[in-house]
Amino acid sequence: MSFINLRDKVVQVKIVYYGPGRCGKTTNLEYINRKFKEQIQSEMVSLKTHGDRTLFFDFLPFHMGQIKGYDIKIQLYTVPGQVKYNATRKLVLKGVDGIVFVADAMEKQREKNIRSLNQLHENLQSYKESIFKIPLVMQYNKIDLKDHGIPVLPIAVLQQDLNSRLQVPYFEASAITGYNVAATLKKIISSTVVSIQKKLL
Amino acid sequence: MNYGIVNQEQLEQIEEILFQKLIKLGVDCAIIIDMAGNIITVKDTGKSKYDIYSFAALAAGNFATVDAMAKLVGETEFSLLFHKGQDCNIHFSKIDDELLLITMFGRDISLGFLRLNVVEAIDQIQKVWAKED
Repeated sequence: MSFINLRDKVVQVKIVYYGPGRCGKTTNLEYINRKFKEQIQSEMVSLKTHGDRTLFFDFLPFHMGQIKGYDIKIQLYTVPGQVKYNATRKLVLKGVDGIVFVADAMEKQREKNIRSLNQLHENLQSYKESIFKIPLVMQYNKIDLKDHGIPVLPIAVLQQDLNSRLQVPYFEASAITGYNVAATLKKIISSTVVSIQKKLL
Repeated sequence: MNYGIVNQEQLEQIEEILFQKLIKLGVDCAIIIDMAGNIITVKDTGKSKYDIYSFAALAAGNFATVDAMAKLVGETEFSLLFHKGQDCNIHFSKIDDELLLITMFGRDISLGFLRLNVVEAIDQIQKVWAKED
């Protein structure tokens, strides 16, 4: 749940990047951190293992300016992608307002994407949230790999696997080069802010 | 409970409690956050320059982790945490299921005295919070 301070006119919004291990959640945040330096006043926080895998979460606070006189503070989080860390994934999802599901477009990752999305559904249910109601954006990451001869799933297949029932906005992206990272972020911020406005009215 | 939106009057009452019970005592900074890592309010001496947004996110994660550990050893919760440093100490205490009070203080306050005041502050904050029920 977003937190709204009526006196200081501040709205805190929590957006979580979710997805299977090594799909590029942290890379998304790292790109945003580099690209939008002037809107980010503090350091990105990363809790990771020695092997550079996310252990708990990454955290990036992001200033978005004002809407109707309210300061919007976006808090970006990632979850650890590794299968064994579901307990921590669940903790990070607490109070979430919007989710970016980062899918790995590599052919061999097909099943992992589906499994991860199913688990997201279950994890949200444990907080009495519904994957069908929460603002959600799909990002099909690593699309650049097809230029390097690595088999990548066609968008139609990814859509069929992950988005046929959800019908949420989706983007092809390459987090490493930054392609559509900002577009994904913009989309999830606008969907989330609209949903918060609706809840308040 | 009016969770999610806090009104001006509540906020001012809570800040006054933090000021009277903790800042006057010599605490550097008192923060109330929710378990999702959002900041509800901050009261400090004006001298501290902490990155409180990152701090809140980490503190909520830290508390959630310890909570999970408590369950593993058969406790329902560990309601308070204390981290001791050379010059700065941090004390975490649960206000209710959703809220956490964090106090940062230096070497010149004894932990026992701080804990007494934290208990009293929490008691008063709970009353202010419950008024909206």
